[in-house]
Amino acid sequence: MSERDAAIAARPLPVGPSGLPAAPAAQPTARRASRLQRIARRNSTIAFLMTLPLILLIGGLVVYPFCYAVYLAMLNKRMTRFVGLDNFTFLLGRETFQNVIWQSVVFAVSAVLLKALIGFILAHVLHALPSRGQRAWRGMLLVPWVIPPAISTLAWWWLFDPSYSAVNWLLAGFGAGPIPWLGEAGWARFAVILVNVWYGAPFFMIMYLAALKSVPDQLYEAAAIDGASFWQKLRYVTLPMMRNIISITVLFSLIVTFANFDIVRILTNGGPQDTTHVFATYAFQVGIQSGDIPLGASVSLFMFPLLAVFAVFVLRGINRRSKEIGA
Amino acid sequence: MSATTAGAAPAPRRSGSLARERRWALIGAYVALAVFVVFFMLPPFHMLITSLKGSAEIADQTGNPWMVRSPTLENYRDLLTAGNYLTFFWNSVMVTACVVVISMVVSTLAAFALARMRFWGSQTLATGVFLTYLVPETLLFIPLFQIVGSLGLINNVWAMVLIYPTLTVPFCTWIMIGYFASIPKELDEAALIDGASHLQMLWKIFIPVALPGILAAMIFAFTVSWAAFIYPMAYLVSTDQMVLTVGIVSDLIRADTFQWGKIMAGALMAALPPLLVYAFLMDYYIAGLTAGATKG
Repeated sequence: MSERDAAIAARPLPVGPSGLPAAPAAQPTARRASRLQRIARRNSTIAFLMTLPLILLIGGLVVYPFCYAVYLAMLNKRMTRFVGLDNFTFLLGRETFQNVIWQSVVFAVSAVLLKALIGFILAHVLHALPSRGQRAWRGMLLVPWVIPPAISTLAWWWLFDPSYSAVNWLLAGFGAGPIPWLGEAGWARFAVILVNVWYGAPFFMIMYLAALKSVPDQLYEAAAIDGASFWQKLRYVTLPMMRNIISITVLFSLIVTFANFDIVRILTNGGPQDTTHVFATYAFQVGIQSGDIPLGASVSLFMFPLLAVFAVFVLRGINRRSKEIGA
Repeated sequence: MSATTAGAAPAPRRSGSLARERRWALIGAYVALAVFVVFFMLPPFHMLITSLKGSAEIADQTGNPWMVRSPTLENYRDLLTAGNYLTFFWNSVMVTACVVVISMVVSTLAAFALARMRFWGSQTLATGVFLTYLVPETLLFIPLFQIVGSLGLINNVWAMVLIYPTLTVPFCTWIMIGYFASIPKELDEAALIDGASHLQMLWKIFIPVALPGILAAMIFAFTVSWAAFIYPMAYLVSTDQMVLTVGIVSDLIRADTFQWGKIMAGALMAALPPLLVYAFLMDYYIAGLTAGATKG
């Protein structure tokens, strides 16, 4: 206690947690204390009122729907009877759903790895350019990320059209045969990943570019003096400095990609023969289109455990990052 | 110091090889850039080309699909004069404007309280806000379907104004907490000494000082609500209530006839507002988005 008082007394203007000047602890009079208490009470009331819309919004339209989803998932199709975990076991026993789980994992992991790789390369390439030209190139490279995916996927759909495919026309120029982009399971899986990579790579690029710019030049100079090669600089300077940002963006993108809906819905709508369904599109088909709300709710709840794990790691990364920045 | 003097003797040869190395690196960089720019720009470019073709030219399979022989604006004219396209556009504009305003009011107030006024549970709430941002909409659209239905708002475009803020507010609050927290406390103290209330402090000091952050949050809210897809897809049925993202698909594809020229023209015009916003305000947005990555 005395140490703390001494520390406060040593500072020129002690500031309390609320931003108000703290009371000098050396001479606490009764009147002063009660007034301060009143202010503190008033402050917290105001603060609570200011956050109330946020609390209502999150409580009413995020937390409550989530709990409601758990409840819904335990009802029968006509929502008249409580069936416990039957929906979940039923889904797990269905081959279509097993494929959905597998496809979601393959889709998310491969798309995120490719996006991270392309983003990393592009960030380095942009960083190497003279700063004058950087802006224009960066602007062009950001275009896929700026167009709403539900809109740009329409363009891809048209590019992959079975009879008029402009991509196949280009491939024919190289002597490659026509590819059934959306008609064959393997190619359709590749196509949804390709479109997702096209859309998401620029996000990684700007995040990594920002991180690269924050690496102090002295580190590279020191490495150059020590005779480090390009790969050594990458391995021993760039990667350690960017490790946290890389893990945050990868985990964040895993969440978003895993829960993707737009691209698969427009490009293949789960086809051919349900081979490209991911959780979200399958939940939409079961819950909204076929009208089995409880089953649809259970499909999307299957995403939750994995997302929760990712979210915990993202949060941990961000906290560590802000501690590093603070230190 | 000693390193530079020691390296002085073989300097000319070494610097020559360094310059050559650097030149090759730069050439490699431009080649890689060109490859990716082509890959990234192909779909929008093809979109533009198709939108300028008449339906006869689109159906003709003999020519080069990447070129337009007799450019025409009839697709654009048809969309803007007949059909439902303008309704979709207007609905999108209205929903987006409302959502941006709502998000900014809610998140500015909350971020101010969370950044400056500690109260019971404020730390938990700040963490909770960030976790909410990580909850994808595809997890919640089915229970929300029931909730929106019980409010009688299925097939009503106003339901979007109610629901979209769940997508925008958490992240807007999160970036604004960061911006507000970086404002020096001396400014609040000066305002408090001058007898300013909390709302005056927010309005006269925090909002002007944190304007770049607020702009970044606004762009985020705009982008998200302009691009939202699963909620309108699930809750809007009739064409007079639809927004652009779902309207184009449902209105221009009748059974098996795809009016590709019009679809591409409509998609291009729908992509235009975000493209324009980013063309002018990209730097603010990127600064806001990457603030956590670069600070320090």
